[in-house]
Amino acid sequence: MLSTLSKTARVSQTRFLRLSHSAAATKDVKPKKAPLAAVDSPSFVMNLFRGKAVTEQVFPYPLNMTEEQKETLGMVMSPLEKMLIEVNDVVKNDETADIPRAVLDQFAELGTFGVLVPPELEGSGFNNSQMARVAEIVGAYDLGFGVVMGAHQSIGYKGILLEGTDAQKQKYLPDLATGRKFAAFALTEPSTGSDASSVRTRAELSADGKHYVLNGGKIWISNGGFADVFTVFAQTPIKQADGSTKDKMSAFIVERAFGGVTSGPQEKKMGIKGSNTTEVHFDNVKIPVENLLGKEGEGFKVAMNILNNGRFGIPAACTGAMKHCIQKTVDHITTRVQFGKKLEEFGNVQEKLVEMISKLYATESIVYMLSSNMDRGIKEYQLEAAIGKVLASESAWLVCDDAIQVHGGMGFMRETGLERVLRDLRIFRIFEGANDVLRLFIALTGAQHAGKHLAQQASGVGGMISLAVSRVTGGNTGSNFGQVVDSSLQDSAKALDQQIALFGQTVQGLLMKYKKGIIDRQYEMHRVANAAIDIYSSAAVLSRATYVIKNKSSSADFERKIATYYVEKAMRSSHRYLKEAASGEAGTKVSTIESLAKEVCGNGGLTMQHPVDL
Amino acid sequence: MKILVGVKRVVDYAVKIRVKPDRSGVVTEGVQHSMNPFDEIALEEAVKLKEKKLATEVVAFSLGGPKSAEVLRTALAKGADKAIHVQVSDDEAGKLESFHVAKTLQKIVEQEKFDAVFLGKQAIDDDSSQTAPILAGLLDWPQALYASKVEEGGSGHMKVTREIDGGLDTIKVKVPFVLSADLRLNEPRYATLPNIMKAKKKPLKNIPIKDLGVDITPQTETVEVTEPPVRKAGGFVEDVSALVAKLKEKGFVKA
Repeated sequence: MLSTLSKTARVSQTRFLRLSHSAAATKDVKPKKAPLAAVDSPSFVMNLFRGKAVTEQVFPYPLNMTEEQKETLGMVMSPLEKMLIEVNDVVKNDETADIPRAVLDQFAELGTFGVLVPPELEGSGFNNSQMARVAEIVGAYDLGFGVVMGAHQSIGYKGILLEGTDAQKQKYLPDLATGRKFAAFALTEPSTGSDASSVRTRAELSADGKHYVLNGGKIWISNGGFADVFTVFAQTPIKQADGSTKDKMSAFIVERAFGGVTSGPQEKKMGIKGSNTTEVHFDNVKIPVENLLGKEGEGFKVAMNILNNGRFGIPAACTGAMKHCIQKTVDHITTRVQFGKKLEEFGNVQEKLVEMISKLYATESIVYMLSSNMDRGIKEYQLEAAIGKVLASESAWLVCDDAIQVHGGMGFMRETGLERVLRDLRIFRIFEGANDVLRLFIALTGAQHAGKHLAQQASGVGGMISLAVSRVTGGNTGSNFGQVVDSSLQDSAKALDQQIALFGQTVQGLLMKYKKGIIDRQYEMHRVANAAIDIYSSAAVLSRATYVIKNKSSSADFERKIATYYVEKAMRSSHRYLKEAASGEAGTKVSTIESLAKEVCGNGGLTMQHPVDL
Repeated sequence: MKILVGVKRVVDYAVKIRVKPDRSGVVTEGVQHSMNPFDEIALEEAVKLKEKKLATEVVAFSLGGPKSAEVLRTALAKGADKAIHVQVSDDEAGKLESFHVAKTLQKIVEQEKFDAVFLGKQAIDDDSSQTAPILAGLLDWPQALYASKVEEGGSGHMKVTREIDGGLDTIKVKVPFVLSADLRLNEPRYATLPNIMKAKKKPLKNIPIKDLGVDITPQTETVEVTEPPVRKAGGFVEDVSALVAKLKEKGFVKA
């Protein structure tokens, strides 16, 4: 999983370059190609970029587990937790940088490694929401073990589950679901991180057409040291219609048993030490043609599909980790006394605790909204999944950091168990789509979508004028918050509606100002992405709180308060980011940033004179 | 040997118990429940005997409200072949006593012809410890209580080692018999997901209490449930003689 640095943004950029030429075209520039038709999307986040509140995927809260699914989930939760406490030794795993195979085998017996595989293939046939709950529990106890699980089933063999032929599924899934064999996802190379399609590993068809011969090397492969089955991405020469050959990435199922597959020693890491991370090399490995995964040349799509599909597991695990940190915090502040009072009685401590809880609430609300939407068949969720991953990984880091702070010196000590969680959490902002790149992906994909619609609107008689008018009058988000949000949360809903309108205006303004150059406006795109995160998470929070109030849950009152607290803060934040992005000063700021960075990099180091001038 | 195993749905051992404000009992709403730990051990022993071919069938039984079905399904996932749920209302379930459970078990045993009944030595909510001995009395069967080891005893007997205050007591009981399981009898297996899936296909029979003709009128009335007294702070003493003086003062040691 460490290998899956974000792949999506770079391609988004190149796609955007090609399309935006026609998209935000003004009337005096003739597009080279016919403009691509603007498509409507049901995705809430996609529509934000047009300043629209399309709520069908957000309201009502889509969680919809049947009684039977809940019962089966409940039955496995307690043995799972018991095993995570009694069989798995998270401290030892961290100290020895290893999770013994014997421990993995016990979890395999429990069914932990085939959660999503159908029962006919020896799996448990869980849906994504049930899987999310399992990932949450594991995340609360051992993130390193969580990565072993995730690298194996969320991405390692997910390709076979999603794109495999029936023969491939029959052959590989039973062994993988039962943990008789383990899997790994092999994409990253020394010169390929976020730029996925630049892989150099090659797979060439043999003369007799029966094998591909694989040569190359991958780095930072989770489970690399012991996996038997790898999903490998390599360049394959594809014959084009005009007779020429072009290199395109393809996906393969590669068994260590094919021969020529070697893995290196374990990498020494900051955290998730229990997870095995190694280089994997391929030396003339003969892959039978039946092991091509998906179509030849479609490897990029396969990779994106796998990563996108498994992405919700990250925020699920982070949710569990946050709950653990918050529990430890509560245990501490209700017992520790200083200055004659329990810590829980001090305002600063209370504020820290509530901040932690509100971050957890937002993340948790997104996790189950995302998994439930995937369960009900929604196919377009890439932006929501990206937001979930960014928000969860950063929130978890801050929550753990604050938990350590509240514990004082004890927080810094190994025995408290929080410093390990912090070390484990750090990677979550980097792998599976680096947060910085995911932000650009969110902003540019949304902007591209909005841009197409803008172009459509701008073309035709009076188009530009109607655009100008809609900018001045502020536009209508078309939201139905009045009906779908509970009456006690209407103030929050109004603030959300305002931000959605402001968001659309801001994006439109940027598109009209920069057109295709918007790709390079990272300063603005970063802020737009942050506002999108604030807005989507607020919608998820309001949706969940409404659902809970409607069901008269015992915690409805608490959740109403925490939802209001979160949304108020998020809307202020969104406003600030959007104002910064739209500000006339942005251009000057960016120039300053550019020149400062240029000076230091040009000098190969700091250029400032020391105050002491020695 | 056909074994009937009694399992009870109780408040989970890890839960922090709170007394209801009206002091009529403890809070059970919205609280995590699970199978009584000693019943898990009893079930595990029965399933182990089946695996050793000393038993032919293991049937799980529970007398309780609707949610007791969850515990029965867990029992099926842990190796029971069938389950019997004698259902009462939640209200009635709260007032059930060991005597009622034993009477119900007796009826089931007589109807379905079991060779042994395995129970946990006590339930962790009421700690009454009565069901197994009362049942043995009603059926006029030998009893092996606080079992910590079960072995073949030859010629229609089982050899059971029991933990008693003085040490270990090994007895031979003639089949059919009643057994109550103690802590060190075995380590129960986890209910794995594959077994949970298989359990969905196993039969779970529902029998309303009135079909068995058992009278569940309570014989006892709970007057009040309160928390144990708050532990008073201790004190430090200078030396041993001061300690002895204090003990004499408080009447713990004869002056």
